[in-house]
Amino acid sequence: MPQIAQIADTYSSQIFWLLLTFGFVFFVIGLGMVPKVQGTADARDAKISGDLDAAKAAFARADEAEAGYRVRDAESRTAAQAVVAKAKADAAKASEAKLAVADAEVATLIGAAEARIKAASEAAMAEIETVAADAARDMVARISGVEASDDAARNAVKAALAHG
Amino acid sequence: MAESGKIDPMHQFAIEPLFGTDHLSIGGFNIAFTNSALYMVLSAIVLWIFVIGGMKRELVPGRWQMAVEYMTGFIKNLLIANIGDKGRKYIPYVFSLFMFILLANLLGLLPLGLFGLHPFTFTSHFTATGVLAIMSFSIVLIVGFWKHGFHFFSLFVPHGTPVAMVVPLFFIELVSFMVRPFSLGLRLFVAMTAGHVLLKVLAGFVINSANASPALGLTVGTASFILMIGISALEVLVAVIQAYVFALLTSVYLNDAENLH
Repeated sequence: MPQIAQIADTYSSQIFWLLLTFGFVFFVIGLGMVPKVQGTADARDAKISGDLDAAKAAFARADEAEAGYRVRDAESRTAAQAVVAKAKADAAKASEAKLAVADAEVATLIGAAEARIKAASEAAMAEIETVAADAARDMVARISGVEASDDAARNAVKAALAHG
Repeated sequence: MAESGKIDPMHQFAIEPLFGTDHLSIGGFNIAFTNSALYMVLSAIVLWIFVIGGMKRELVPGRWQMAVEYMTGFIKNLLIANIGDKGRKYIPYVFSLFMFILLANLLGLLPLGLFGLHPFTFTSHFTATGVLAIMSFSIVLIVGFWKHGFHFFSLFVPHGTPVAMVVPLFFIELVSFMVRPFSLGLRLFVAMTAGHVLLKVLAGFVINSANASPALGLTVGTASFILMIGISALEVLVAVIQAYVFALLTSVYLNDAENLH
């Protein structure tokens, strides 16, 4: 077995060259180059996870914005409904008030008109009495030749009018 | 074994100095540039080229960058799963360890023998795996004592140990702890050696049986060859698994040092 047979002659050369070559591998490649390679890989991993986080955050923001939009939408909806309801109520009140005023006006007009009609009909009645009394006196004078007094004619007319 | 024809399944592990550097030495220690050293350098260079392809640092990676990032991410996940977030600081070390061993295992499996070259797997030498294991173990010890001081010894006394059992358990745990570098280094060495020996033995069967007679070549040789195809696939798997096991055990041991238990 050369590993054992040659050991006395070769151990120093083996150890020397191994330390030299492994020293080169460790110091130049291991310490000099590997951290840069690994750094690139780590930077890439960091970038990927950073981008994913940013995307997640953007999603969250979008969700938040949508929720806010929904809230504002609901708020403005209720506000609009309140405005509409208030407008309706105001309009109803205003029209009620106007109606009341108009009713009152109409009532006064009707009252005035009724009073005028009453006055007119009373006046007409009174005139009818006078005319009827004159007519009655005329008729009495023409039929009996007796001059009936104004009061008697009037009373007779009143009685006749009262009886219908 | 050397007598089975002319094919010695252990010859593939022989270390040969290259380029006439046999007597190169520092302070009396021989440091000849051997075929083993050549494969260490090749592993380092292939790994270097591989990682350079991942240095484009684009936000949307190409295939090569994706492959390199997949490997670093794999080691990162391994460390985080075993140690937690504190494990990140061991990424450079465990990545270097895993990729270096993986490339050593895989480069040693390349069928370069077809082109007359002599592939070599330095992870089949315990001098190499031992150094890697001792390195991992030393880091565990340094981190453990650095972070916890003498409290690190509480690692050897699990929670809820009855008082009478503390001393025996301490020694049992100590032994199991001290065995770690050996199990770490020997596991890789044994797995790689066994696989390569098996492949060479079967290859020897194919050649020797074909040389002996056509009938033997067609029966034993064909059967061995089919078996070799399957075992070659298995060896690729073993190459990956052993590198993974080395990295995994290192991170498990680092977890002990980092978090006690």
